[in-house]
Parts: sequence; structure tokens; C-alpha cells
Amino acid sequence: MSRLTKNLLRLRVTMGLTKDRLDQSGGDTPVWGRNLLFIAVCLGGAVALAASLSPVHTPAAGPDALRAPTADLHPSVERLNSSFRKAWDAAGIEPARRAPELLIVRRLSLALAGTVPSLAEIRQLESHTNDGRLAWWLNRLLEDRRSSDYLAERLARAYVGTDDGPFLIYRRRRFVSWLADEIHANRPYNEIVAQLIATDGIWTDKPATNFVTVTVQADAGKGPDANLLAARVSRAMLGVRLDCAECHDHPFRPWKQSDFQALAGFFGQTENSLRGIRDREGPAEIDDPVSGDPKIVVAGVPFAVDLLPKQGTPRQRLADWVTNSANKAFARATVNRVWALLLGRPLVEPIDDISFDVEAPRALTVLAEDFVAHEYDLRRLIEVIASSEAFQLDSRIEGDTLDGAADPLRPDAWSKFPITRLRPEQVVGSLLQASSLATLDYQSHILVRAARAIGQAEFLKHYGDLGADEFALEGGTVPQRLLLMNGTLVKEKTKENLLGNAATQIAALASTDEKAIEIAYLACLARQPTAQEQQHFVAKLSDSRGSIRRQQMEDIYWALVNSAEFSWNH
Amino acid sequence: MESLANPATVYGGPRHSISRRRLLQAAGLAGMGWLTPLAHALARRAEQQSPREPAQSVVLLWLAGGPSQLETFDPHPGTAISGGTTAIPTAVDGIQLADGFARLAEQMSHVSLVRSLVSKEGDHERGTYLVKTGYRPDQSILHPSIGAICCHQLPVGDTEIPRHVSILPNQWPSRGGFLGNQYDAFKTFDPAERLSDVTNRVSNERHEARVRDRNIVDQSFATGRRRQVAATQHDEMVKRALVMMSSEQLQAFEVAGEPATVRGSYGDTPFGRGCLAARRLIQQGVRCVEVTLAGWDSHTNNHETHSELVRTLDPALAALVADLREHELLDRTVVLCGGEFGRTPRINPLDGRDHWPHGFSMALAGGGIRGGQVIGATDPEGGREVSDPRSVADVHATILTALGIDQRHEEMSPVGRPIKFSEGAVIAPLLPAEA
Repeated sequence: MSRLTKNLLRLRVTMGLTKDRLDQSGGDTPVWGRNLLFIAVCLGGAVALAASLSPVHTPAAGPDALRAPTADLHPSVERLNSSFRKAWDAAGIEPARRAPELLIVRRLSLALAGTVPSLAEIRQLESHTNDGRLAWWLNRLLEDRRSSDYLAERLARAYVGTDDGPFLIYRRRRFVSWLADEIHANRPYNEIVAQLIATDGIWTDKPATNFVTVTVQADAGKGPDANLLAARVSRAMLGVRLDCAECHDHPFRPWKQSDFQALAGFFGQTENSLRGIRDREGPAEIDDPVSGDPKIVVAGVPFAVDLLPKQGTPRQRLADWVTNSANKAFARATVNRVWALLLGRPLVEPIDDISFDVEAPRALTVLAEDFVAHEYDLRRLIEVIASSEAFQLDSRIEGDTLDGAADPLRPDAWSKFPITRLRPEQVVGSLLQASSLATLDYQSHILVRAARAIGQAEFLKHYGDLGADEFALEGGTVPQRLLLMNGTLVKEKTKENLLGNAATQIAALASTDEKAIEIAYLACLARQPTAQEQQHFVAKLSDSRGSIRRQQMEDIYWALVNSAEFSWNH
Repeated sequence: MESLANPATVYGGPRHSISRRRLLQAAGLAGMGWLTPLAHALARRAEQQSPREPAQSVVLLWLAGGPSQLETFDPHPGTAISGGTTAIPTAVDGIQLADGFARLAEQMSHVSLVRSLVSKEGDHERGTYLVKTGYRPDQSILHPSIGAICCHQLPVGDTEIPRHVSILPNQWPSRGGFLGNQYDAFKTFDPAERLSDVTNRVSNERHEARVRDRNIVDQSFATGRRRQVAATQHDEMVKRALVMMSSEQLQAFEVAGEPATVRGSYGDTPFGRGCLAARRLIQQGVRCVEVTLAGWDSHTNNHETHSELVRTLDPALAALVADLREHELLDRTVVLCGGEFGRTPRINPLDGRDHWPHGFSMALAGGGIRGGQVIGATDPEGGREVSDPRSVADVHATILTALGIDQRHEEMSPVGRPIKFSEGAVIAPLLPAEA
């Protein structure tokens, strides 16, 4: 069990109990792996055991091994900042102060990796030189496979929704992992979208075609649903709710029913055959949304008609038109969505309904132009937004009260960071990460990852998924509170378990009560406790020993994960 | 943003809930503000009824997968399309049910059938959405299900447990739609099992200390963010969860306490227990209970699949109607039984029937809806022509009217389009003359 001692030592280091720098983690020897497996199986508590036995992960090399941060961000960030500052000055608004650095770190981790930062990561940050620490952290996150996976899942919701789709001919997981690969390689976003719209072939071999196959109505004996595809292209890719004109002309937008049906016409020749998705010859046929009867239409676009190429298959023409650099709608829609992924709310609400008649917020225009000028570089777009003043503002303001008729600040002015509900998968990701002092990522032991996946699926089922409706401003629900207060996962992750749970480890290993409380706060909420909190919880812990102390720590963990702060981004 | 969860602030709903909310705030974490005598009095006043008392609750028996009308409520014995399915007479002259519904046949004078439902949705998910909301799926809006509308419109009274419950839900339980996710159905499973997540994991003493500790953390968070944090409603949801955890009304989920004869009459199945729990929940003021019986998607072996499921459905549905009547709840409760569509009159080569939205059936009972009626008829030859065709929205309009809810009432949806609760037309023969 010397291995265990060593790991506990590592945890002590992670907790900042010694001044030692973290050493390199050694590779697992096969013998050790077999032994571990044997023990794990014997004890049944395989997962918990492996969790603590797997080494605390440190990056294989220092920051130099990472891709250098994008060089010419500064002018773009400045343009973005000044667009906000002008608006604030004009409205006489004093923006909130800059948020504490760790809080910005938490926002980044939640937005990109879908979890709070681990204690180990926070310690790494602390050991990094003060200069450019945030940029270094953002860069690390963008290199992290977890971020590609998480962003792919978020974008997939806009493209294919969350349902399982038709049996056999739709593979959501295959689709999301392909998308994650594309994001990880930082493929230009226009190329990703063009593939979604225009790829031919079999959904297993050409995962992009799942965008089309998910709409096949196999039960009704029909092929891909041209109307649904047109709706998704217009919303997810153009930020236009053309489908509101599906059944009748749009009441307060210029869209006509004929516009929608013409757009659907690009998918009117799409069929699913033994050779997969392809466009057949002949006229474009869609279902009439009102009567449900088949209807012949001529494919056409609702605006920027001159950008539509004359040649090519219907879906190729559409893809070229959508991603044409002169088609402003595409860049704006993308920027609006990425902004929302980072700040929890889009610049223009609803996220997929950006009016052509009303002047867009200056920030949206600035970012969209920048996005096109840099060849649809998604990673760069994230860096620009994350480096901006608006992203880094505090959510607290001076002179905040509950009374008074109006908010002293216009909430739409981005002069303070908006408080938004975390998504279910962010909540479960944070719960699992907070209960482990080491970082749970691709370096984690396979058993930890398996447990994570199982725990996550079960929790999400009960917590309730928002589905494709990503940015609805909704409060939490009673079942969610019940799940966090009394659910199995929270109990499992906070109960006494020296090998698996942070709460127990902190109770047993932290050198002082103050240290213990500080670590719990960092691990759960990514901040230091306030003086009042420190005082309250230290009093709770003081003079307690053994199992009583471990129980107290479990209770403190419970209070932290059940706080509003834990379930909301701020 | 006074409160998302409070219909009274959205428009002129029962006003007492505002005061109750204040009471709750004043009562602080004890959370017992819900139970103050004043709140009781206010709630009672709000529940004073007009002379013709409208119904107050809905039970939806959801037959997931699309039951065959021919093997349930619309048999055509002796025809080619029957595939050999026979029919039995019922307590009402001239109304027949498919063989296997002996218990429901006894209750026929309280139950009516709509046999001429037509829709355009032949896909499970889309059909489910249509039947539960009364609207076709729409990319831009999530419509509220009928249960969510009930909770949004009808008084809260003394109910401390979720007022919209889904027992044994499949992947598409009833949703709150644009009314908000606080109107989503609370999901529970076989009532024989303990309700999950409603019991403290530690001693009461420790639990109370934990809750106090949580408040310390929440106070820090609210500093400098009061308005935004209030809008999250986190605190309110926690308090409601705590009230629910300590509520005696939770016992409504525990059917084991019912006499053996009662349990026996519903049938010893998860669905039967779900229907019994539904009656007990209605007694506690729950507005909508959905109980799902899945497995009707009989693309193969249609007849066997159906006779198996009918053995579960018949006693549960019949017992629910009879039991509600016995407890004098039937007049106050609308019971609706059906699935997302019907099944093809033609039997396929695998002895199955496929999806058929061109003429399917539902059963309705209670809530002032007249019993012993049959609306419409399907073609005994299996054609698409039905007499007196009705839409799913018409069923919604009828139920909302029975509940005293104005179906034409418009709520503003997030896309800025006002949406009526239902665009259907009331099925007049099902409602009493004065309605």
C-alpha cells in the first residue's frame, strides 16, 4: 500500500499543504494495473478506489508545450471593449468592477469544459507566474480535449436536437465525436457547416450526414424532413426564424411562407438510399406544412439572392450560399451563439432570431466582422470574447438592493456579468469534479471515467434536460433541488470515503480547520470563503476528530453543492 | 420578474398566492408559511366555486406507442379489417367495446368515446406532442401540455406536493412548454417503490443544520447581486422542496395502505398501482396526473400485444372511474385515455398493424363530461373517410371547457406570438347542455 501513501502525499501537495512543486506523474506499470484491477474487483468499490489511486495529473510539460496564444487578439478585443464602453458612456452607466480572477477561471472552465476547475488546476494556476495567467489558462482549456467534446455537444443541440432520432440510420454519438474532432483540429467553422449541409454518403462513414438522417421519418415511411432541415439551417446557421413562416407569412418579420418553402426546396431532392444520403434527380418535393400533402417547389433563398451559385447539387449550392463571406447572417448567428456559450445569454435574444431591420448591437457586428476576417476561426472567436472586458466583469454591483422599481443597470448593456442557470451537464460535471481533488479528464483512470459517465447519465435523467432550447431564461425546479439535496449521486460523492471523496480527504488530511474550509470552497465554488463563512464553518469543525469530523465535512460539502452559487454561473 | 411560478402575478389568477409567497418569505426557512391558517383561509376563498362547478383535475392514461382503435374502443367485428377481433356489449345499448374490456363495459354509462379523431402526425414523438399539447410540433415554440395549463390556471389550495405528476413516464413526459419548466410533470415510477429523493439522507437534526449552513453560503452569494439572485428563484424552489419533503401528502404516492380489495380491483401491475395513486393524488389537490402504459406499437403480432396490454388497462381504467365516483371525485376529475394515434385497418405480413392517424379513438369520463356517448365513426371497410371527424385540439377545447378554463385565453409565447390554450372547437355533445 505504499502506493496509497504516495497518493495521499500527492493529495496533500494538491491541497497546498507542502511547498513542494508537484512532481511528474509516473506511468502505470502493467503489474500495478492488474493488481489494481484485482483489488478493485475484490472490493467492489472499484471506482472510488481507482479514483484516489490514479495519480494527480499534471501537464506533461510546462506551458511552453502548448500552442502559443493567438498573437493579434489585442486590436479585436479593443474594438469589442470600446463598443461596450461607448454604449455605457452614452447611457451614463458605470460598469461593474472586474471579477476576481478565480471566478473568471470558473466561468471559462464551465463554458468550455462543462465543469468547475479542479483543486489541482487551481493550484497549478497559483504556481504560474502572475503575468498572463488567464491567457495561459484559456489556452490550456482550448487545447483540452474535454473542451472540444463539450463544445461539440452544445453545438450539436442546435444542429440535431437531443432526441435519439430514427433507429439504425442516425448515430448521435458518432456525430458528436466527429464534430469534436473537427473543433479540436480547429477546422474553420464555415467548412464544418458546409459539411453538415452538403455531405453525401452513409452516416457511419460520413458522420456529417447525421445532420440529415436525424430528420428521416422512418416510422411514417418518409425520407428526410425538408421542412425540419430548413428550419434548422435557418435557425442554427443563419439566426433567422424562417420557419415561423412555415404555415403562414410571418406577422412581424419580412418572411413569407413561400420563402420558407423555397429554402426547404434545397432538401426536396434529398433521399436516403442504400448508398446513404444523396440528392436524386427531378423536381424538389416537400410536405406542405398545412395540408401535409406533397408539394413541388423551386429551391431558392430568402435574401442575398445574388450569392447563390447556379451550379452544383441543391445542398452544395445551399452550403455555398450559407457560408459565403458576404452572407452576414451566418457570421452573426455564429457569434451570437458562441457569445451565449461563454456568457450564458446571447447578445441578441432569442438566440436564433436576429432581426434584419433593427440595428444589431455594435458588439455583434464587431465580432462578426472579426470572425469573417479571420477565416471563421472558432478558437480565436472564443479567445476574443473571453479576453474582453464584458466577459471579465463581476456579477456584483455597488448599491445593489432588492427594492426600487428599476435595476440601476440595464441588464442588456452587459455592464455586469449575467447570472444564468448552469446546464444539467455542467451541474453534474461540477458535482463530480468538486468531489475529486484531482482533475477528472482524459488522463484519469478508465474506471473513474466510467463511473463519471454512469453517474452522469443517471443524474441527467432525473435533473431534466433542457433539450435543444439552450438559453431559455428559466429558474430551477423543485425536482432538481430534491435531487441535489437527497439524491444518490450527491450522497455517494460526499459520504465518508477516504479513497474516493474530497470531503473525507480534506477532513483527514488538511493541516488546519481554516485550510480545510478554504480547500472545500475552492473545490466547490472556486473561491475563498468570506471571513463570515470562514468563521462559521471553522467553528463547526473545531475540536472535532475522526468520524465526527468527517461527517461535519460531508455536511459542509452538502451545503456548498446545494447553494445557489453552485448551480448558477455568475 | 415577481415569480415565474406564480400564475397570480402573470394575470388574474387566484390572488391568494401572492400573499402566500409573502408569508413564506416572512416565515423564512421554516418553510411553513405554506401552512399558516391565513393561507388556508385565502386558499379556500379562492376555491369558492361558481354555481356549476367546473372540474378541477385531469387524469391522462397515456397508451404510449399508439393503440389500435380496432382492438380497443372502436371494434368492427365480422369485417375484413377486424382480423378476427370480436366485440362485447356494454352497459349502454348500442355501444360495443373490443373483447377484453369487460370491466370497462360495466362503466360505459359514465364513459364516452370519440372514434373519429384525425391528425397528420404519424410519428411517435410528433404524435405524442400533438395529443399532449393540442398543437402540432413547432420548431419555434414549445407548447404547454394540458396538465401544465391546469396547474397554471387552477388554484393551488393546500397542495404541498407537485401538482403535475407523471407516473411511469416514457421519454416524452408532459412538459410546461413556454409556461416554464416549473410546470413540467414531476416524474415518478412504480408506486410500489419508494419515492426517490424526497427523504433526508441524514438525521433530521443534521439535515436542519445543513439547511442553515446552506443559507450562510447563499447570503454571501446574494450580497451585491440581490436582484439577480432573487430572479433565480433558487431559494423559493429549495423552500418548496423542503415543504414537500415534510408533507403528509406524500403518502398519496404510497398505495400499499389501501385495502387489498381496492388494490385488487385496479390490478396488481405498475400501471394499476399508478392509476390508484392517481386517484389518491387527485384527493390531495393534484391538478394533473399522467399514468403511462407503454408497448402499444404493434408492428408485429398486433392481436397478442393488444390482448396482453388490455388485461392491464381494462381493470385499471374501469376501477379508476368507479373509484373516483365512490369518492365523489368523478364530477371534479376528467379522465382521458388514449395514445398518439391509431393503427392501420389493414394487417401487415407480420400480423401487425402500422401507424394510422386517420381515424383513431379516445375514451373520456368525468368532470361533467356526459357518459355513454359515441362521437363519430370510422369506415368498416378501412378507408380514410370518417364521419364527424374531430381533431385532437377539439378534445383539448372540450376538456379545458369542462375545467372552466377559457380555451381562447392567450398567453404570450417567448417568440412574441400570443398563443391560445386551444384552437379546437368544443365537442358539444360531450358537455352538459348549459356548458
